Amino acid sequence: MAPPRAPGVTRHTYDVVVIGAGGAGLRAAIAAREQGMRTAVISKSLFGKAHTVMAEGGAAAALGNANPADEWRVHFRDTIRGGKFLNDPRMAELHAREAPDRILELEYWGALFDRTPDGRISQRNFGGHEYPRLAHVGDRTGLEMIRTLQQRIVALQQADAAELGDPDAMLRVFPETAVTELLLHDGAIAGAFGYRREDGGFVVFEAPAVVLATGGIGKMFRTTSNSWEYTGDGHALALRAGASLINMEFVQFHPTGMVWPPSVRGILVTESVRGDGGVLRNSEGRRFMFDYVPDVFRAQYAETEQEADGWYDDPANHRRPPELLPRDEVARAINSEVKAGRGSPHGGVFLDVSTRLPAEEIRRRLPSMHHQFKELADVDITAEPMEVGPTCHYVMGGVRVAAETAASDVPGLFAAGEVAGGMHGSNRLGGNSLSDLLVFGRRAGLGAAGYVAGLAERAPYDRVADRVSAAAEHALAFLKQGTGENPYTLHSDLQDTMNDLVGIIRRGPELAQALERLDGLLERSAGLSAPGDRVYNPGWHLAMSLPNMLVVSRAIAAAALEREESRGGHTRDDFPEMSAQWRRINLEVRTDGGDLVTVGHRPVPDIPGELLSVFDPDELAKYLTKEELPEAADDVDEEERA
Amino acid sequence: MTPPDGATPARARIQIPQRTLRTDRWWLGPLFTTLGLATFVVYATLRVFQQDHYWVQEHHYLTPFYSPCLAAQCAPDAALFGRLPVEFPPLVPYALLSLPFLLLFRLTCYYYRKAYYRSIWQAPTACAVREPHRSYTGETRPLMLPQNAHRYFFYVAFVITVINTWDMLVPFFHGTDGGFGIGLGNVIMVVNVLMLWGYTLSCHSCRHIMGGRLRNFGRHPVRYRLWTGVSRLNDRHMYFGWASIATLIATDAYVALMASGVISDLRFLN
Amino acid sequence: MSERLFRVWRGGADGELSEYRVEVNEGEVVLDVLHRLQATQTPDLAVRWNCKAGKCGSCSMEINGMPRLSCMTRMSVFTEDETVTVTPLRTFPVIRDLVCDVSFNYDKAREIPSFTPDPATEPGDFRMAQVDVERSQEFRKCIECFLCNSVCHVIRDHEENQPHFSGPRYLMRVAELEMHPEDTADRRAIAQDEFGLGYCNITKCCTEVCPEGIHITDNALIPMKERVADRRYDPLVWLGSKIGVRPKDTPITPNIRRPADD
Repeated sequence: MAPPRAPGVTRHTYDVVVIGAGGAGLRAAIAAREQGMRTAVISKSLFGKAHTVMAEGGAAAALGNANPADEWRVHFRDTIRGGKFLNDPRMAELHAREAPDRILELEYWGALFDRTPDGRISQRNFGGHEYPRLAHVGDRTGLEMIRTLQQRIVALQQADAAELGDPDAMLRVFPETAVTELLLHDGAIAGAFGYRREDGGFVVFEAPAVVLATGGIGKMFRTTSNSWEYTGDGHALALRAGASLINMEFVQFHPTGMVWPPSVRGILVTESVRGDGGVLRNSEGRRFMFDYVPDVFRAQYAETEQEADGWYDDPANHRRPPELLPRDEVARAINSEVKAGRGSPHGGVFLDVSTRLPAEEIRRRLPSMHHQFKELADVDITAEPMEVGPTCHYVMGGVRVAAETAASDVPGLFAAGEVAGGMHGSNRLGGNSLSDLLVFGRRAGLGAAGYVAGLAERAPYDRVADRVSAAAEHALAFLKQGTGENPYTLHSDLQDTMNDLVGIIRRGPELAQALERLDGLLERSAGLSAPGDRVYNPGWHLAMSLPNMLVVSRAIAAAALEREESRGGHTRDDFPEMSAQWRRINLEVRTDGGDLVTVGHRPVPDIPGELLSVFDPDELAKYLTKEELPEAADDVDEEERA
Repeated sequence: MTPPDGATPARARIQIPQRTLRTDRWWLGPLFTTLGLATFVVYATLRVFQQDHYWVQEHHYLTPFYSPCLAAQCAPDAALFGRLPVEFPPLVPYALLSLPFLLLFRLTCYYYRKAYYRSIWQAPTACAVREPHRSYTGETRPLMLPQNAHRYFFYVAFVITVINTWDMLVPFFHGTDGGFGIGLGNVIMVVNVLMLWGYTLSCHSCRHIMGGRLRNFGRHPVRYRLWTGVSRLNDRHMYFGWASIATLIATDAYVALMASGVISDLRFLN
Repeated sequence: MSERLFRVWRGGADGELSEYRVEVNEGEVVLDVLHRLQATQTPDLAVRWNCKAGKCGSCSMEINGMPRLSCMTRMSVFTEDETVTVTPLRTFPVIRDLVCDVSFNYDKAREIPSFTPDPATEPGDFRMAQVDVERSQEFRKCIECFLCNSVCHVIRDHEENQPHFSGPRYLMRVAELEMHPEDTADRRAIAQDEFGLGYCNITKCCTEVCPEGIHITDNALIPMKERVADRRYDPLVWLGSKIGVRPKDTPITPNIRRPADD
């Protein structure tokens, strides 16, 4: 018999536990399993429903199929440029180098990407990418990716069934299971505690390595393209386990979400609409993006409509249309237009593809957008423009990890995908997320496997048994509190706070006010109460995830208050300029184990010389401080000024 | 309420006494299908066994229900392939060789299967409406295996449609004063033959044979084009199925009325 | 804004329909209304959902008797005075309220032999024309909402067929692999013998309910039946097998079927 345990707790023992079953989680699990590790994948939803399915545009990889001039260094340059030089350069480098292999691997596992005429993987244009670079399947690339990884896992399970007699012997998926606590022993990972949604039963996974792949945080905001799952679980688990989060102030607002009807506000309108020719217009019919090209991008973007329109067919001799600026720029521009009173009837701007492509072509290239607008908004995008506005889409910040192994500060804790920070700097380029999941998902799986292989011994269960009982009691408390706070109301108040005070444009006093309000919400959260029993009780599930949202909201607001400049996904009305001094600093958030956060400074790793040389010295001068610039660049700078 | 450790509680489906909770008129479709099929079956049966009024000598109109005419009693000009030396007793159709195959072609057709499984067999009557049968084995039992022979009936039907096309062309050369002529009968027959080709070529088996069975289209450009063409027709297989029934009845009725002297052909040219 | 009457299934298999009066606003879908019920009247109402944009296939349920995605069913399709009845999918065991245990589907998914490329190839070797991938791409649009499997009368009305019938979703998966230009396995025989293709009587309800508009019957099931006819009911192939020319059938993976009791 097992030693003491809390009532109704099921115990499982694994080598590697992956929390999250999206692209990064599944890729990590595949990698760990292929290293011979007994691996569990824990999914808050059903298997194959993860948020990755929402990704539409494609996966960026410098395959060079559409334009042979493309190569990893160019991809690296685009990524750093898009992230405004705040990226972890080593992560950006690994990502750019390895993405093509990861895509080809997917194809070898059965993925069917769209093709070029010579039978290779076709690639499409996207904001911030110099060449057509996104491997895609119509506008449902994320679905293709998650299905392929899901089916790869099934293939591995089939091999285990044939060899070991049980498909779940080495790799098992736990659907509709959520982790509420990481178990630690001597400061290292010993396992994870959670509950099954379907019956409310508790589970403990004893494992020396945990890979966080829990995705993002969008559900703290009112207008978001994210699903209910995006409650920042991984961010919160990592914080409480003692790891640090970096770049939390950088939240990406996707420029184009639906704005009407209210019930679909925030649902994503893929960037491919613009990549394939769609243009943004204000209520006066003006293509306003020409007015918003910032100095740092002036050289790469067209100045006239004619030049911009020429680019789609002849990119070599034309500059890019400004609609394809990185997402932060476009989102801010739309925000300004609406504020200036030049918005559409429902508070967005017009995104028009109907006058740019034949109806047949729109239906072929953007089938799910066509379907989505037709079904949900009664808008036929082949005949009329869409109304769009910014929507909370992605968090650049996350667990600080080592680039090679995806290891966090806590021994045994790894993180990959959206929950990891650093790779995208202050702003992620469209298409870099799907490739990020694959590259660093695999690295996290390998990293965890390597760590486990090197361990001499594992923590015995009785060392964490107390923690398990406490966690179970804590979870059950919400069910027992009778007439307490309604979790739905608290959640709604949190979303209002974040949307209004920590949104796309931020101000110091508002951020301070947000922190104050978050204090109040935290207090109220102690009295959360969910009626009903343990069987598939969504009120109870929400109550258990609210503390996570609250602590991560604090991390975002605190970091946003600290960074006194505007860069990428962080715009301060009171500090509108980008500062070369701030570029050298990553903000690092930690907790004392409770829900109070502290913000520290940490230097951004330098871009090594040979990679710095892929940039034009003029461009570097716009971002870096004088002492960081290579010698030659200094001279050029002087000449220009003279 | 807390379930025992790790075990999944025994679960069952929900039990709802109503046959369906649908609130729309789901029975309308199967009702019309039944009526449509019944009309055709009754009409065709009466006509096929009638052994009369199938041929208009003046313009060489032959109804498709009697083509090719094989009995010794057939009008000499109506028998495209000559006549058998035996007189067919009553109730034996003159087109003894073609009709059974045409019947089997339609009986095993993927569209008609759907139509009669739903409306006549009631498996299921409509989507999400509980069917009245206690057990169900679909097309797995020996009695149902001939459904898989659809492609062979397609081959035969293809040949018969060629014969129907011939039958359609002949009357153009039998105008009132001999030579070329066009009457309403010709027009009806042309439409009928077009619908018959539409139905025959849009067949799912035809689609498979033309190219559907290939794994790789890139290496077979011609078959890919054939497949694409058939696929486009195949989209409308149901419409061709009903339209060809309607034009068959119309053609036959028109010929029968002329042959029995009730009406005479409306001539546009000669 | 208006007030509507909703009848919602509450409880497990022995549950019942409960009535709620609830506010409905312009442009809303059924899932919005269920969320309003959660937030204002009954916080423990169990509903499975994720993306709320028709892309993940989680919020499948039966609305006025028809299997549908609740996030894609707009309230405007009902008249003002129409009662909206919402029940869980009927084909699968209910967990609670509108949430079903859909593990049947995942078990069936594991039975199908996976994509099998030529072992002599490696990643990067494939050259496929767009026309070659398009057929399978249509099937890969599937969001696994399981509406097709739920509406299919073979298992909906005859639970006893579940062990030997994979349902439209997974017969379509077989078709997808059989049409994959780089796949080398031959699943025709097991499609018939293990996955129950012969049970399908092509009555097309799967196609009718598919929220992705995939032509499941015409493009996957019927072509698969024709391929099975090639393998099973072709006299030449039969003759060939008599003289030793035998197609190499891929067998079902051993030990993949769960014993009746897990």
